Amino acid sequence: MNRKTALLAGGTVLVLAVIAVFPLVVTNTLDTEFAVLTLMFVAAVAGWNLFSGYSGYISLGHAVFFGVGAYTVALLTEHWHLNGGQIFALIPLGALMAAVFAVPVGLIALRVRRHTFVVITIAVFFIFQLMAYNFSFTGGTDGISTPFFSWSPATYNNPFYYAAFVLAVAAVALGWAIRGSRFGLQLLAIRDDEDRARGLGVRTWRVKLIAFMISAAVVGAVGGLWFIFIGQVLPETGFDPIFDLSVALMAFLGGFGTIAGPVLGALILEPLQQYVSIEFTNGYIGEVFLGLLFLAVILFLPRGIVPTGSERLTAWRARRQRRGQPAPGPGRPAAAAAPPQATSTETVR
Amino acid sequence: MGRGLYEAITDGILGGGVYALMAVGLTLIFGVLDIINIAQGILVVLAAYLSYVLSVHLHIDLFLGLLITGPAMFVIGIAIYWAFIRPLRGRERTSMSLLASYAVAIIIEGVLYLIFGSNDQNLHASYVTSALKLFGFYLPYIYLYGFALAVALVAALYLTLYRTQFGRSVRATMQDRTAARLIGIDVNRVAAITFGIGVAVTAAGGMVFGATGGGFSPNTGYDLISRLLAIIILGGLGSIGGAMVAAVFMITLEGVVDWFWSPSWSVVVFYAALVLVLAFRPAGLLGHKAARAQ
Repeated sequence: MNRKTALLAGGTVLVLAVIAVFPLVVTNTLDTEFAVLTLMFVAAVAGWNLFSGYSGYISLGHAVFFGVGAYTVALLTEHWHLNGGQIFALIPLGALMAAVFAVPVGLIALRVRRHTFVVITIAVFFIFQLMAYNFSFTGGTDGISTPFFSWSPATYNNPFYYAAFVLAVAAVALGWAIRGSRFGLQLLAIRDDEDRARGLGVRTWRVKLIAFMISAAVVGAVGGLWFIFIGQVLPETGFDPIFDLSVALMAFLGGFGTIAGPVLGALILEPLQQYVSIEFTNGYIGEVFLGLLFLAVILFLPRGIVPTGSERLTAWRARRQRRGQPAPGPGRPAAAAAPPQATSTETVR
Repeated sequence: MGRGLYEAITDGILGGGVYALMAVGLTLIFGVLDIINIAQGILVVLAAYLSYVLSVHLHIDLFLGLLITGPAMFVIGIAIYWAFIRPLRGRERTSMSLLASYAVAIIIEGVLYLIFGSNDQNLHASYVTSALKLFGFYLPYIYLYGFALAVALVAALYLTLYRTQFGRSVRATMQDRTAARLIGIDVNRVAAITFGIGVAVTAAGGMVFGATGGGFSPNTGYDLISRLLAIIILGGLGSIGGAMVAAVFMITLEGVVDWFWSPSWSVVVFYAALVLVLAFRPAGLLGHKAARAQ
C-alpha cells in the first residue's frame, strides 16, 4: 500500500513537473498553442466528469457553461474597458456566472432521468446558442472581440499556458477531493441506483444540483480563459456542439467516472484532433476521421483506458502470484505515467 | 394578403405530418431498442441527397424514386444496427449507443460534405413549383402530396404494429424484452428490422423535406435531429401517437411564432416549449408516468 501511494505520488509529481517545464523547453508557438488548448480540455473534461462521470447523467450541453463563461468575461472586459493581465481576474466571475446559470438549467434537466436528460441538455444548448445569435448585447453573429495583448510574441502563450495549468490542476484536484468525500459517494450511489440511494437517505435532488453547479463553474472558468486566449467569441464557437462531443469522448476514452481517465483522454485526443485539423486541410476528412475514432473507442474500449488498464494490471498480478514468482524490485520498468494512475482508481474505490 | 395566420397553420399541419413520419421512426427505435438514434437527422439528409441524385442524374420522379431509396435506407439502417449498435453491452449501453450514433452521424455528414459540398440543394419537380390556391394564398402541391404520403405511411406503420404478427412481436419487445424472448420471439431480429424500418421512413421524410424545406445541406442534420428529439421527448419517449401529436403541435407553433413574431425567435420558442412542458410533465405529453425510470 505504501509503495503504491509513493508510486502514485511520484508519478503525479513527475507529470506535473513535465507539464510545468514544457513551455520552457518547447518554444515553437504552434506547439505551445496546442498545449494551452490541451490543458484547457483537461480542465473542462475533469469538470464535466465530476458531474456526468460520477452521477451517470451524461450532459451533452456543457458548452452552455463554456459559452456563458466566455461571454461573461467578454462582456465585462468590454464594459470595464480592461486590457492586459487584469482580464484574468474576471475568470472567477465567468465561473460564478456559469454556476448561476446551472441552477435553472439543472432545475429543469435534472427532473428527468438518463435518456431524457441527455436530450434536454442538447435542447438547452441550442436555446443558448440561438439566444447568443439573437440578442443584441451578445453582438449577434459578430460576437465580441478583445484587443490582443502587447506581449512578446515568442512567449505570448506562456501566461495562458500556466493559467490553463492552474485550472487543470484545480479541476482534477476537485474531482479527486469529491470522489473521496461523502458527497462523492452519494453521487456514485446515484449513478448505481438512484431510487435506492434516495431510499437510503441521499438527498439526490440537492446532490445532483450541487455537482451540476460545480461542474458548470469549472467549465465556465475554462470558457473565460479560452475567450482571453482566442480574443474573440462567436455564437458558434462559444456554444460549440463539437465541444460537447469532444468532452464526452475524451472522458469515455480515458475512463468515465475515474480521476485519471479524463486527464488521459484529453491529453491523447486534443493533440490528435489538432494534428488532424492541420494534417488534413480539408476539414471534412478530419471530421470523418474523428467519427471513426469515436466509433473505435466505443466499440473496442467501451469502458475507457483507465478501467480496462487497471483490470489488466490486476489480472496480470493475479497470474504472477499464482505462479508463485516473487515481485520484482522497486525499480519496476513499467513505472510510466499510465499504470500508477490506473491504480489510483483502485485506491480510492 | 401576405403571410397570414391561416397559411402559418396550414403549413404547420402539413409540414408537421412529415416531421411526424421522421419522429415516429425515431420513437419506434427508442421503444424497441431503448436507444436514441442521433443519426436520424443526418439520415434524413442522406435520403434527400439520394432522391436528389435519382431525380437529377437518372431523371426518376421523386415519388417513384422512393421505391429505390426506401429499401436502400432500410438496408443502411440494418447495417448501422449490426455494425455499431448490436455490439454494445453493459450498464452504459444507452449512453454508448447515443455516442455511437452521434459518431455515425458525424461520419455520414463528413462524407456528404466530401461528395456534395456545403451548398444548399433543393429537390425539383413540377408539383414543387405549381401551387393550389387556398384561402387566398398559394400552397405548392408537394405539401399536399407529402402530407398524404406521410399520413399513408404512418397509417401503414400503425397497422403493421397493431394488426400483424410481426407488430405483436415488436410491441411485446417494447413492453418487456426478457419476457418476449421467453415466449420465443427472436428479439435480435425484431430489433434489427425495427431499426431498419425506423431508418427507412427517412426516405420519404427526406424526400418531402428536401422538396418543401428551404433547401438542405449536410449541416441541416443538426437542425433536424434537435427538432426530432424535442418532438419525441415532448410526445413521450416510445409513444407513437405522442410523436405524431407533438410533431404537428410543435411545427404549427413554430409557424405561428414565425408569422407573429420573427423567424429568428421561432426556434427559441420551439425549444422553450419543450422545456416548459417538461417542467410540468417530465414524461412528455402522452408518455407513461415514470416511463422507463432508469
